[in-house]
Parts: sequence; structure tokens; C-alpha cells
Amino acid sequence: MENKTSILNLTEDEFVHPGNRACAGCGLGIVYRTALKALGKNTILVVPPSCLTVLQGLYPIAAAKLPCLNVTFASTGAAATGVRAAMRSLKKNDVNVVAFAGDGGTGDIGIQALSGACERGDDILYICYDNEAYMNTGVQRSGTTPQGVVTTTTPITGKLQSKKDVPSIVAAHKIPYLATASAAYPLDLYDKVKKAASIKGPRYIHVHTPCPPGWGFEPRYTIKVGKLAVETGLFALYEMENSQLRLTGPSKKMLGKPRLPVTDYFKSQHRFYSLGNDLINDLQAQVDHAWDAYVIHQ
Amino acid sequence: MHMIESGNVAAATGVKLARAGVIAAYPITPQTPLTEKLSEFVASGQMEAEYIPVESEHSAMAVCIAASSAGARAFTATSANGLLYMNEQLHWAAGARLPIVMCVANRGIGAPWTVWNDQQDSMSQRDGGWIQLYANDHQQIIDSVIKAFYLAEFVSIPVMVCYDGYLLSHTYMPFEQPDQTLVDGFLPDFKPKNALDPENPSNFNTVTLPDVRPDIHGNIAPGYMEIRHCLHQDMRKAMMVLEEIDMKFQETFGRGGHPFVEPYLCDDADHVVVSVGSLSYHFRDVIDLLRKEGVKVGVMGIQLYRPFPDKAIVDALQGKSSVFVFEKALSYGNQGPLYADIKAALYPCDNKPAMHNYILGLGGREIKTAQLLETVRTACSKPKWLGDTPIWLGLKCQE
Repeated sequence: MENKTSILNLTEDEFVHPGNRACAGCGLGIVYRTALKALGKNTILVVPPSCLTVLQGLYPIAAAKLPCLNVTFASTGAAATGVRAAMRSLKKNDVNVVAFAGDGGTGDIGIQALSGACERGDDILYICYDNEAYMNTGVQRSGTTPQGVVTTTTPITGKLQSKKDVPSIVAAHKIPYLATASAAYPLDLYDKVKKAASIKGPRYIHVHTPCPPGWGFEPRYTIKVGKLAVETGLFALYEMENSQLRLTGPSKKMLGKPRLPVTDYFKSQHRFYSLGNDLINDLQAQVDHAWDAYVIHQ
Repeated sequence: MHMIESGNVAAATGVKLARAGVIAAYPITPQTPLTEKLSEFVASGQMEAEYIPVESEHSAMAVCIAASSAGARAFTATSANGLLYMNEQLHWAAGARLPIVMCVANRGIGAPWTVWNDQQDSMSQRDGGWIQLYANDHQQIIDSVIKAFYLAEFVSIPVMVCYDGYLLSHTYMPFEQPDQTLVDGFLPDFKPKNALDPENPSNFNTVTLPDVRPDIHGNIAPGYMEIRHCLHQDMRKAMMVLEEIDMKFQETFGRGGHPFVEPYLCDDADHVVVSVGSLSYHFRDVIDLLRKEGVKVGVMGIQLYRPFPDKAIVDALQGKSSVFVFEKALSYGNQGPLYADIKAALYPCDNKPAMHNYILGLGGREIKTAQLLETVRTACSKPKWLGDTPIWLGLKCQE
């Protein structure tokens, strides 16, 4: 990205009130605050049930200073389309219409509506904050829970299946802009949201979002855990424009250089406690293979 | 202007005349020609609207919910399993007080698969907080759609306009197309009380606690129960509003006068047949034949099913010798929903009629005039309670 934002020129505008209902150390708190700063005032949000519903507060008090439509779990993509259609119908074409959903609401129950909106080319920005399980209901597995993770519905052995690669599924719709980001790199997220907001058509940003109670680490380590996911290569930061993938920021700097072992990341959280050596070796091999491919494609 | 067209095209024309701003729909038989016609209206520039070809009925209602929340006049249409697939969205639209209008081309529900007509689909949605209007012919379809937008936006409650699949949706009938200028004069612009607006941000459908709670200024805001009570109260008030809208419609277009129930030869009747939709017009032939035989019988069609027009129904039915409720829907393990509702409405009356409940026409089973004639003739000759167990008409083999 050409003009990177720094803490020296980041806008002072805030759209999330302090003292909201997020847990201590919540990664979503960072993601939401940062994304809303980048979007600015002229924005309408669409939110399905998720931790964000809780963060936003209980009627009649709201934690965000932007208009927000709470919708049913499976309907986020279509609801964002509906807001955009109304804006066109009412000749208000300069409004950002932004869906903000969790990983289960995006990759599991909400994938049909998201796919429909992407296929139709609807002019919406969809931000998925991925905390890798159904956290709001008490840490049940989702399609986006990584392999080996212990949740309340994958006890003892951990999840047997791989993490669903939602950005790749969305990318298959050949949308004009797609990016991954991390709560641990808020300025990178800020710039990606800014860029996405300037593009027409369906846009998607998938944000890795550490969750202290769900992942089993102390609230003070949210940034550290998020950075470890990137530095071990488990979560790569990239942008895709016209179906061309380009590593960005810290991930770009890692190309061709040694990465931290995945065990550094696994050891930082309680949820990986049941991982066996075979699976660890397998997961390390998967990361190495993915990065070999990045080197070839860059 | 006179038209000879299908019921689906009558509905689509009503939507065009009402100038819906956002239309979202997913094809399902027998609603499909309605959405095809709307997409044609939009693509050809005959109608200025956003047409969203969604990937499911759940999303069709999602688009309508969001568009209506943002201040646009929203419309969709569906049938049968499509309506059921919307179920949580229907409750959501009503709870959020959104004036969405939806046509339901009534069709039986699988399993087993059927594409033919009955009314189980919309009847099963009677408790969701939607106003339900039923049309008996093409003229009522087009008129009801226009009135439905007025009513929905006046009371902030969504309205379903239901009409029989195939029997009305696919048959061709002459009807009067209201003049656009008159419709524009009749139907006010949609001015939402609340809408998503960056200049005036608010959070819609937030989590609401069991108890009331003060806002940041210390004023007590309603809790979930107050909000739902308000919906119920406004549903009851909607009857009065519909009556006024119907009167205004009659003044403008010269049609109407029966917003709740539509009686035919009921005033002097000893016996009254009650049904919903096109069947109530089918029965008029039966009534004419029985009148010639000297049987004092009439038929009453239910035009408004929710809110339930209990006063109009009691006024029409109390003191009659018997009431026969014919339904193309059933609350399995109990009775027809309309029968149970009418019986409950008549409970406080001193002079209650005997009542029979007949279930017929499920999954498109043909309803023959001779069969109706014989059934009503026999019923009128023995007007007594037969118990509440519904009588199935037209069964051809015992399982």
C-alpha cells in the first residue's frame, strides 16, 4: 500500500464509545474501533448475532456512533445488499454499507447470503472478524476453528478437521477487492479498510481476531498472540485485487526469511493443549508448503 | 383500463402502481410469473425500482428488512416452502415494525412435494405478527396490493396479500387496472418514522432486556414485553385503519366496502358457509343452487385473517342456525385454524350457531361444485354440532 497510515497521522475521530461490553483484551474491540475510524461518519453497519451484538450494548444504549442494523444470523450479506438497494433507490449513493460479522456468521450460517451478494456484484464491504469459534455462545467449534483446537464441542481430542479457508471461498467469486488483516496490526487493517471503502462492488476483509477467554491466554497478550499467528506464517496478511494475491505488511517482509516455528504460537494458548507431535509436524508442513507457494507467486 | 391477465400479473401491476422502491425475490412455483413480470417492468424502464435477484427466500426477506429499515418501500413474493424458509425473517420484520408488503401465491407444503394449491403455507404464519389479507379474484389482488402498502406504512406492520396458487395466480380474468395518477393521489409517499441514517445514527433491533431500562438521560425505555405489547395493540388498531383505507379506496376507485368479511346472501340466511380465498367465490354457485331449492344459506369470505376481525364475524354469524367452515389448511392434531378462531369468537354469544369444520382441497385435490352442493345441502338439513373433529372432503381411499 502506497500511503501507509502511522500513529502520527491516524485520525482522532472515534466512533466506538469507551466502556463498551467487550471482554478484557478483546481483539474485536481493536478491530471494530479501527475499522470504524477508517470508515468514518457516512457509514451504515449491518450486524448479525455475534460478540459484536454484545459489544454494542443493550437497548436503549449503544456503543457505536454509527447507524447500525441488527439482522438475523444467516442474512448479513443479503441485508447489506438491501441497505445498498435502498440507498440507490433514495439516491444516497455516497454511503459506506458495511457488514460486520463473526467467523461462524460468515463462513458457516451466513455463507449463502455472502456468496449471493458477491456473485451479484453488490456494492458492499463485508468485514469478518475471525475469532475461530462460536465465542458469543461459549466457545463451540465453527468451520473456521483450526485443527486440533479444543472447544466446548470438540473436547478432549480437539477439532479433527482443518480450518475452512473462507477468504479463498470468497476469492472464488472474483470480487474486486479482498484482504486479510489482524487485530495485532491495526494500522494495516486501517489502511485496508480505507482502500476497500474507495472501491465499488463487493469487497471482503477477513480479520484474525484473538480472543482471550476463548483461546486461553491472559488479556494482556492479545497483540502478542495475534502477531505470533502472523510471524509463524499460520495467518498470512495479503490483498487480492483482480484475483492477484499480494502479501502485505509484516507478511511481505517475511518472504524468503526463516519463520518462527508454529509451536511458538500453539504454546501461547491453552486451546492447543491436546495437540500431538504428529499433528504439529503436519501443521508445520502445511505452513511451509503454503509459504513455498507464496514465494513462487510473488 | 381493463386488462385480461393472470393473478400474478395483477399483483405485479399493483406493485408497479404502488411504486415499490426495492424488490427482492426468489423463484418458486406458483409465484414465479409475478417476479418475472416485476423484473421485466424494471429492466424495461416501466418501473423505477431496484430489483435484487436473491439466492434464497431467506435473503429475499433480508433485503426487504434492510431496505425498509433504510427507508425504501420494499416488496417480495413467495409460496409454500419459500414462505417457510423465511420464517424467522417474517417474525423479525414484524418485530422490527417494517411496512414490507409480500404476496403469497398459496400452495401446499412438502413433504411429500406438492406444487398445487392449499392455504397451509400462509395459515401456518398467522401468529408471526403480519397482517394477512386474502383475495378472492384478480381485482381484489391488484386492489389489495395497493391498499396493503398504505396500511403497512400507516401502522408500521408488514402485510401479506395471499391468493390461491394456480386457481388465481395462473388463471386469466378481466379486471380494472387503477389509473396511475389516481393511485399516486391515493397512496401517500413512504415517510418512515425511523430509518438508518448517518446524520441521525441509531442502533436498530438491539438486544433488549426482560425488564425496562433507563437511557443515558435517565428516561425509562421499554423492555421486550412493552415493545411486543405495542405490536399487538397496533395490530388491533390496524382494523380501524384498514376500514378507513378501504373507504378512501372506494371513494377513489369505486370498489371495496368489505375490508373484513365479504358476505353473499347472508342477511336472511339460517346457515352460513365460511371460507377463505377463491373458494368463497366458488361457493356462490352452490349458494345460488341451494337458494333455488329453498335452502336459506349464504357464504362469507374472510378478507382479513390477521388481525382477526372477530366483531365483524360475530355480527355476521351469531343467531344463525349453523356455520360451516371449509378450510384448505389444518392445525394437525386439532382443527382448521379458521374454525378454531371463529368458534372462539362466538364463545361469549348466547345464541351460538352449530358449527362444522370441513377440510378439503389439500395439495390441489380438486374441489367439485357437486361435492360442495351435496355437503352443504346435507349439513343444512341436520344443523347440529358434530363435535370438533374436522370432516375431510374428497378422500378417495382410506389409508
